[in-house]
Amino acid sequence: MEKLSKLPKIYLVVVFIILYAPIFYLIFYSFNSGGNMSNFESFTLEHYAAVFEDTRLIVILINTIVVALLSALISTAIGVLGALSIVFMRNKAMRNAVLSLNNILIVSPDVIIGASFLILFTMIGVKLGFASVLISHIAFSIPIVVIMVLPKLQEMSPTLIDAALDLGASKRDVLTRVIIPFIKPGILAGFFLALTYSLDDFAVTFFVTGNGFSTLSVEIYSMARAGITLTINALSGLIFLVTVILVLGYYTISRKTKAPLSGVKK
Amino acid sequence: MGYRIMNNKPLRPLYTIPYTAWILLFVIAPIALIVYYSFFDLAGHFTLDNYINFFSSVYLKLTISSFWYAFLITLFTLLFAYPTAYFLTKTKHKQLWLLLIIIPSWINLLLKTYAFIGLFGLYGPINALLETVGIGSQQILFTDFSFVFVSVYIFIPFMILPIFNSLDKLNPALIDASHDLGANSWTTFRRVIWPLTLNGVKSGIQVVFIPALSLFMITRLIAGNKVITLGTAIEQQFLVTQNWGMGSTIAVFLILFMFIIMLITSSNDRGTTINGKTK
Repeated sequence: MEKLSKLPKIYLVVVFIILYAPIFYLIFYSFNSGGNMSNFESFTLEHYAAVFEDTRLIVILINTIVVALLSALISTAIGVLGALSIVFMRNKAMRNAVLSLNNILIVSPDVIIGASFLILFTMIGVKLGFASVLISHIAFSIPIVVIMVLPKLQEMSPTLIDAALDLGASKRDVLTRVIIPFIKPGILAGFFLALTYSLDDFAVTFFVTGNGFSTLSVEIYSMARAGITLTINALSGLIFLVTVILVLGYYTISRKTKAPLSGVKK
Repeated sequence: MGYRIMNNKPLRPLYTIPYTAWILLFVIAPIALIVYYSFFDLAGHFTLDNYINFFSSVYLKLTISSFWYAFLITLFTLLFAYPTAYFLTKTKHKQLWLLLIIIPSWINLLLKTYAFIGLFGLYGPINALLETVGIGSQQILFTDFSFVFVSVYIFIPFMILPIFNSLDKLNPALIDASHDLGANSWTTFRRVIWPLTLNGVKSGIQVVFIPALSLFMITRLIAGNKVITLGTAIEQQFLVTQNWGMGSTIAVFLILFMFIIMLITSSNDRGTTINGKTK
């Protein structure tokens, strides 16, 4: 393959700078004692202290994490079951129909999901707040998990299951000792994606959250509408750190679990 | 398929229940409810007024401008993303570079948007730069330029992923063959590379255009209500005016547009999905 010449390299570097500049700009000014994002006065950690002293913000932070973890866990469980039901479906037309239905929530704009869930919750009488937010996050994460798990299931040779059955495995054994271990990378990927979708979601939460309950995205939105507060910058510094740790963790886990598997495949 | 277990067995219905329930309750029911609500006015009477309203000049203008902005956003995203994806496939540690490109897309959307409030502000670094170059400070925030710029910034990683994947699958021997047969670089790109990566481009367009039609957070924070998209209109009707009927009607049309765009951009190769994971 041809080597990169100078111009493309410069182009890539420029794209990288543009992609990262706003993030580092935010983090840089989180250490500014000046209180704005235009001139840097002196180094301070007071905004970070402000984040940890603000109990309301801490509660919101905990809410966000609890919703993300719970919704990722539950949607992963349902998503894996969904992927299994799709794979074991005999009727091809039916399978395609279910797959299309599955993908509707992935391509649907957030506003539509938010608005329609708001109607749904009002109709069936779910109180807007923690429950409605959690249910929505589970609902929009399920199709992503299915999409991540399905290819792994399709990759799995049916002879593996036949072999297990011939060797006397029960159906439960087949599921827990053959299928689940094989699709584990897909499950993990689905879980992590569900986690990030939940942490990142603003629009859907904005629609279905009541007055008493708020997640980080919604809170940042109302703070940002009021103007610049360096507390948000400090928050973004913390979030960036957590995100990088998550990404690296995901990267190493997926590499670890993939290595022995690809050995089996070839 | 050769699966022997879990077919026609009593276990089958049990484990399919949660997923089936999810489809019924959170995929079919919400869409049905949106359609249902679009036929009611504020007082709760059955009416077609919402639809008549939608075809009034106000909403038609709004729809056209929303499409225009979505088109611009998609176009610029593609223009920046394609070369980036192309050069990325030529780097040494391309998976690592790809990961680095994706990390910003995992940072909370709100925070990235918020950063631009500072960057584009009257005393922000961009205006300081313009000042030193001699152009003088400009009102950047709350213009349609800033809206398009920030949206492109947000969407670029989502466009890069599918294009990168289709470029990555491309057999390099084809490019060599094209060169050997006397095609220059441009012809090779136009006749070989571009057609073979069209599916990636299509799924990229799909994941950018539909959300671009329905943005409402960026319009509020960056465009300061200068730009009204279909998404902004829906949010307005649902959460501010509390006119769920009209909001649902706009939503019905947005869903229709979504299906049309999906039909146009759906590729024959069913492999490329939103997350760019190809199998």
